[in-house]
Amino acid sequence: MSRAAKKSAFLRGMWDCSPFVLVIAPFGLLFGVVAGEAGLNLLETMGMTVLVIAGASQFTALALLSEQAPTLVVIAAALAVNLRMAMYSAALVPHLGKASFGTRALAAYFMVDQSFAVAIKKYEAEPSLTLAQKLAYYFGCAAIICPFWYGCSAIGAVVGQAIPKDYSLDFAIPICFIALVAPMLRSLPHLVAALVSIVCALLLSWMPYNLWLLIAALFAMAAGAQAELWVEARKLCK
Amino acid sequence: MQIDTTTLWIVIVSLGLGTYLIRFSFLGIVGDREIPEWVQRHLRYVAVAVLPALITPLVIWPPATGGEPDPARLVAALVAFAVGVRFSSVIGAVVAGMSTLYLMQYLLP
Repeated sequence: MSRAAKKSAFLRGMWDCSPFVLVIAPFGLLFGVVAGEAGLNLLETMGMTVLVIAGASQFTALALLSEQAPTLVVIAAALAVNLRMAMYSAALVPHLGKASFGTRALAAYFMVDQSFAVAIKKYEAEPSLTLAQKLAYYFGCAAIICPFWYGCSAIGAVVGQAIPKDYSLDFAIPICFIALVAPMLRSLPHLVAALVSIVCALLLSWMPYNLWLLIAALFAMAAGAQAELWVEARKLCK
Repeated sequence: MQIDTTTLWIVIVSLGLGTYLIRFSFLGIVGDREIPEWVQRHLRYVAVAVLPALITPLVIWPPATGGEPDPARLVAALVAFAVGVRFSSVIGAVVAGMSTLYLMQYLLP
């Protein structure tokens, strides 16, 4: 594999992923601001951003930490939000599985929604790509997305400390989640899962230690999966 | 309420490690084995199962108002939801929701 071909795949990845900077940058900014609002200093905010690099779960952890939920519940809920990445990891095996251990370890760190989605689309569209090209493309995607995620959340953390308390930024957390979830409700099973999730959260809110959250999530997942089976069965009947 | 520093770092490190292991799982360890169909079917709904349950109490009983339902926040949440569903735009929904909140707080005494 020539260096030129690798370089061009890398740049191609950066280019194809660049529109997502428009999503990542404001979201990172918002995380920084909200983390500052919750009382995290710059080091703590950046520690979380760099070690976790997964927006939704970072917001989940923040929300539960501010509610003084038990540490185990905070970790379990925030990890649950990231479980979808096991699917990404599995989907990348046929494409990147032959890379060296170190390279795969690095690729795992940079596995975020945007880089995964863009890379897998490319791999499926162009099966003739070599392993080196696929890797270069993948890291190109990460190279444009991740620095913006780090940088913007740092800026947000610094700027956030200058924003006075009376801007109701407490409510930025739920608003962010609503904004994240609403576009996901594209199919009936997703809608069913979300509804069961809300209803269970309300019915079970008497439970201690935020246990309602984990139980509501389990019921909602099962409901989504069942709804999917039902929808598929109906399609077959027609 | 102040978050305890030790707790915070325990959460940051465990969440970082745990998330990394999830990302590394198949690519690094399990390899080519398929995730069973029924597990995949459940995994598809994890995000929509966890997040709505997490938000619901924050919207209906916001800590900032001492747990009293707040019309401004309820309307802001609905607007953010409507914009998110209609335009599939995360940032659009955040902007619409927060603007509505400020507008409502300005209009309501």
